[in-house]
Amino acid sequence: MYSEKVMDHFANPRNVGEIPDADGIGEVGNPVCGDIMKIYIKVKDDVITDIKFKTFGCGAAIATSSMVTEMARGKTLEEAMKLSNKQVAEALDGLPPQKMHCSNLAADALHAAIADYRKKHSA
Amino acid sequence: MRRVYFDHSATTPVHPRVAEEMYRFLTDSNYGNPTSLHYFGRIARQAVEEAREKVARAIGADPREIVFTSGGTESDNMAIHGIAYTNRNRGNHIITSAVEHHAVLNTVKALGKQGFTVTILPVDQYGMVSVDEVAEAITDKTILITIMHANNEVGTIMPIAEIGKLAKEKGIIFHTDAVQSFGKIPVNVDELGVDLLSISGHKFYGPKGVGALYIRKGTRWKQTLFHGGAQERLRRAGTENVPGIIGLGKAAELAVENMAAENEMLQALRDKLIREVKNRFKHVRLTGHPVLRLPNHASFCFEYIEGESMLLSLDMKGVAASSGSACTSGSLEPSHVLLAMGIPPEVAHGSIRLTLGKDNTEEDVDYFLEVMEPIVERLRSMSPLSEETGYDLDRCNGCRISHTCRA
Repeated sequence: MYSEKVMDHFANPRNVGEIPDADGIGEVGNPVCGDIMKIYIKVKDDVITDIKFKTFGCGAAIATSSMVTEMARGKTLEEAMKLSNKQVAEALDGLPPQKMHCSNLAADALHAAIADYRKKHSA
Repeated sequence: MRRVYFDHSATTPVHPRVAEEMYRFLTDSNYGNPTSLHYFGRIARQAVEEAREKVARAIGADPREIVFTSGGTESDNMAIHGIAYTNRNRGNHIITSAVEHHAVLNTVKALGKQGFTVTILPVDQYGMVSVDEVAEAITDKTILITIMHANNEVGTIMPIAEIGKLAKEKGIIFHTDAVQSFGKIPVNVDELGVDLLSISGHKFYGPKGVGALYIRKGTRWKQTLFHGGAQERLRRAGTENVPGIIGLGKAAELAVENMAAENEMLQALRDKLIREVKNRFKHVRLTGHPVLRLPNHASFCFEYIEGESMLLSLDMKGVAASSGSACTSGSLEPSHVLLAMGIPPEVAHGSIRLTLGKDNTEEDVDYFLEVMEPIVERLRSMSPLSEETGYDLDRCNGCRISHTCRA
């Protein structure tokens, strides 16, 4: 059983799509495991100004992707790096125990996108 | 909202005539314990024995060969465990298939840890067991073959009569789980050549919590799991579930009565469903055998999307279906049945099962097709996977959550 918030984010996911000229792209998961999340970010003055996602996965995977994009938008990179899996799950009023790995993936995908940005812009 | 129930392999509604019969045994003075000698007990006893006759008649058995249980899982456990321990002096080898229901597979695996050796036969791409492979697996230690009649996830009907013939020639006891087949295709214990056979009431418009095990007269089987009173002629201890048993009897009688007419209708709906899904959607595969499948059963894998997302989306439109996807099973592994059929895990995650029933109509099928199109389109548009990307397996970040993970 999912919370109403999870169902809302599953039915009306925020920020779905791709950013063609993204400053950073993060991808985690594997189709064999049944989950892939891909997060695209635009960054200006160390702040995430735009963020989008594409996800292959279950209801929780889609809802956590949607939630993490909402939570990260407008945050500085430093703040966004501190967003934890637990916070994503809590923001959705919790996840069933066997779905907790989905929330891990969402925060990991965000952190991977930031790492990708930093790698490209380290010079 | 329109509600369409396409999950009859999970459970069926109780037939109103079954409910009526059961109600009589929940009310008035029909509450007796069938073991009691007095008037109240005799009423219950007579009704239980009538139900036994109905179940026996439905599968071509003698009423004395029917034992009432709490359902398919108990029937399977009781059959397999009982045969294994009663025949331990003759051998310790058990043959089963990779696509059995967990009630069979996990029972056999548990025996594998108790000194029995187990052969789990592979299946072909349709989920079918090969009779030749059963023959090759038999050793002089083989005491039991247990192979399901029809598969619950993909609907494939196994060559049970041929395996039955083989088992008889070799003198090996043969059990089949007929939980999905009974009521949908003819099930006759002599034609199938089985020594034990499991059925479950709620799969054919009977109540939940009641089933039966057929045990052929003369089979070396003893109750090895339940200890207690002498009910069911020492074969199953515990006061009989009288209303459940009466419901089971009535449901079995109705199932046989209505099978021919229902099947014609169901098969037409199923064929339309399969045909239209193939017509309307790209990157979808039918799972299970194209012809030798249950008349009410359609199952597919939709590529690049995940099963639970499909189920949730369908449910929001009022359509009830099920999936063998990892996410719906409570574990992280996709269906053992689909994997055994050689379907890659990444595709098995996109599985969906639609099982029709007597109250479904052509409008239900049309409604499903109508709502399914935008669902698949939406989920695919959200998915980072597509025909273009394929399933690029090099992208794994080594999460190692799943046992099927190749990273």
